[in-house]
Amino acid sequence: MAVQVKGEVLTLKPVGEYFSMTVVAPGIAEQTRPGQFVAVSVGGQGGGMLLRRAFSIYSVRETGVYGGTVEFIFSVTGRGTAWLAAQRPYDPIDIVGPLGRPFALPREPANCVLVGGGYGSAPLFLLADALRTRGCRIDAVLGASTGDRLFGALDAKRMAASVAFTTDDGSYGEKGRVSDVLPEVIERVHADVVYACGPMAMLEAVQRVAGASYGGAGIPTQLSVEESMACGVGVCMTCVLPVVGGDDHTRMVRSCVDGPVFAGERIRWDALGTVPDDAIGADNK
Amino acid sequence: MSVTLHHRTESPRHVSVDMTTTLGSLVVPDPVFTASGCAAAGQELAAFNDLTAIGGVVTKSIQLHPRAGRATPRMAETPSGMLNSIGLQGPGIDVFVKRDLAWLDEHGVTAVVSIAGQTIEDFSKIAGKLRAKPVAMVEVNISCPNVEDRGQVFACNAGSAAAVIQAVRRSAPAGVPVFAKLSPDVTDIVAIAKACVDAGATGLTLINTTLGMAIDTTTMRPILAGVTGGLSGPAIRPLALRCVWQVHQALPDIPIVGVGGIRTGLDALEFILAGASAVQVGTVIFNDPGAPARISRELREAIAERGMDRLEQAIGLGHRPPEEIIPELPDPPGDDLVGEPVDIVEFTAVDSGDGQPAADEGYDDESAGEGSSEEVPFDIEALEDYPSRDQDA
Ligand SMILES: Cc1cc2nc3c(=O)[nH]c(=O)nc-3n(C[C@H](O)[C@H](O)[C@H](O)COP(=O)(O)OP(=O)(O)OC[C@H]3O[C@@H](n4cnc5c(N)ncnc54)[C@H](O)[C@@H]3O)c2cc1C
Ligand SMILES: Cc1cc2nc3c(=O)[nH]c(=O)nc-3n(C[C@H](O)[C@H](O)[C@H](O)COP(=O)(O)O)c2cc1C
Ligand code: FES
Repeated sequence: MAVQVKGEVLTLKPVGEYFSMTVVAPGIAEQTRPGQFVAVSVGGQGGGMLLRRAFSIYSVRETGVYGGTVEFIFSVTGRGTAWLAAQRPYDPIDIVGPLGRPFALPREPANCVLVGGGYGSAPLFLLADALRTRGCRIDAVLGASTGDRLFGALDAKRMAASVAFTTDDGSYGEKGRVSDVLPEVIERVHADVVYACGPMAMLEAVQRVAGASYGGAGIPTQLSVEESMACGVGVCMTCVLPVVGGDDHTRMVRSCVDGPVFAGERIRWDALGTVPDDAIGADNK
Repeated sequence: MSVTLHHRTESPRHVSVDMTTTLGSLVVPDPVFTASGCAAAGQELAAFNDLTAIGGVVTKSIQLHPRAGRATPRMAETPSGMLNSIGLQGPGIDVFVKRDLAWLDEHGVTAVVSIAGQTIEDFSKIAGKLRAKPVAMVEVNISCPNVEDRGQVFACNAGSAAAVIQAVRRSAPAGVPVFAKLSPDVTDIVAIAKACVDAGATGLTLINTTLGMAIDTTTMRPILAGVTGGLSGPAIRPLALRCVWQVHQALPDIPIVGVGGIRTGLDALEFILAGASAVQVGTVIFNDPGAPARISRELREAIAERGMDRLEQAIGLGHRPPEEIIPELPDPPGDDLVGEPVDIVEFTAVDSGDGQPAADEGYDDESAGEGSSEEVPFDIEALEDYPSRDQDA
């Protein structure tokens, strides 16, 4: 069960174009599973920014001198993340987690390809630990717009049997997109499943590639989406996207509690950002 | 005659304050509720609040049929607030009753059911489905477009507002209070309030969101897919408080539930002093999921600090002339004058300014009391389903 913790910043350090923040937040680490996220209050108590910011959990430590800690990686993109980047050790920080549905893990050892775009690679490292424990083979594809925006290149080399890097400008690895190299990786390692986290456009491309692999037979995917969230805990209905259920009906599903990880084939990529006409309740305008 | 409220010597935490409040026939031990649309049907907030210790949960406005809601983006953060354009996504009344209402009942949570419709008949049918169900109160969300009246919002027209309330009162379970939730986007909120009360509303919930919008200066387009959305949060608190004040002044005997931007116990106290008998916490839950329980605690302390031992003593107190009530305020930190009695004698002869002699009310008078799973299985073949709790129709 998610907990709300009045924690404290332990460390904040720049990592390439990103920041890594570690927060002392007992109660979260113990429960975290790969793919889950935290919702962090920004702007200080009583401040004007009401909505929590969501960040994938990068690493956790259950015990230590300070008690349980949680680490996340963030990019400064607006006022909330700018405020976070201005925090210092010992500053109080209110954090809720772990939230959301984690990555599903294979029951049997399997060949897993992990794909990360930008800071989207952050949750893949906890996932890799869990997969390794289950005897899985891991290969990785990391991409970003520029080399500075690749996160975790060194870690990836350590955890994976092979790593392919792509950048839009060719400043690191191959010039291009992760979806350009993914078909080759899938075939070469005889992949059973693809895990990915990154921008929606990248996830859509990953799904297309995985679905077309093995001459169209396709392999399953577990994709962590990023939808704008107001509450992060399932009460506001802002974070929805159209998803096909086991009964073949499309519903507007909350990505904070039914996601952020979804089986890629269940997402209605054709209808993102809209309410498709065949969704349950779409006729009731 | 003046009333002196004596400062307590014990620390407020240990003072027992009777937080009981009365909303028509409903008597609850605590005045803090969650606001509709900000707590779903309570379940998700149980991790952060003891929902049996607060007044209750007001559920997301429910309609007759399942509804998918609007396209995304559905929200935008604004200074001390947010805009939302959810479009009343929900499973429809039948699933709601079977699943959500049953959950609240099983867990001993007081359930206030918010209902919404597009026609008067819709409202009437939904209210009828609540008969013989564990419902403590019905809240009627009339801030929706009336499809039979060119999409005019029910809440913006005294006639349509009254017609909805009358229909709901007729078909709702007998004896269960019916509250009309009003929109602030009207010229004269008192006129709408009066029309609802005349039509049979037990009380009023004030206020729903106010219409606003935001434009993304990069894309140069409105941020919300729905273009406009409801503004909520501390940004609208003064507006909400003004509505409560005006309506209480005009209809002093009608119970009011105050809602709009409440973030702390003192914010809640403002609404109580303006005339609200209870409050709801909405948007602030997104900031602090434990807010309802925290605000309830803070309100209790604030009342104790002001020398009262019952919440009901504070209801509407702000309307009384200053000379009638001189509570001993909490001691400023480090103040030596702790316990100095306040001299009130010179104020006793002053009348309350409305032509009436200052009311002789004893504040201790009893009569004042009216009014996700362990391990995710992963089959390479059979992937999991995503039956969202909220839409499994
Ligand atoms: C499940 C999930 C995991 C995420 N993990 C990470 C991560 O590991 N590292 C990282 O850097 N970012 C991550 N994000 C995105 C991050 O939440 C946003 O970058 C951040 O909220 C921006 O806040 P801001 O105040 O700087 O921007 P502003 O634009 O000022 O934010 C305004 C509002 O929009 C929301 N918002 C803006 N951009 C996004 C976005 N991309 N996604 C969701 N909400 C947004 C904010 O929460 C806020 O409510 C994640 C988002 C989700 C939903
Ligand atoms: C995301 C969201 C959804 C809402 N949904 C409803 C709703 O379904 N029915 C309703 O009567 N009010 C709804 N409201 C309005 C709130 O109940 C409340 O009246 C308003 O937000 C002001 O209170 P606040 O500032 O504490 O949020 C919603 C508000 C928000 C922010
Ligand atoms: S962010 Fe509120 S329901 Fe998902």
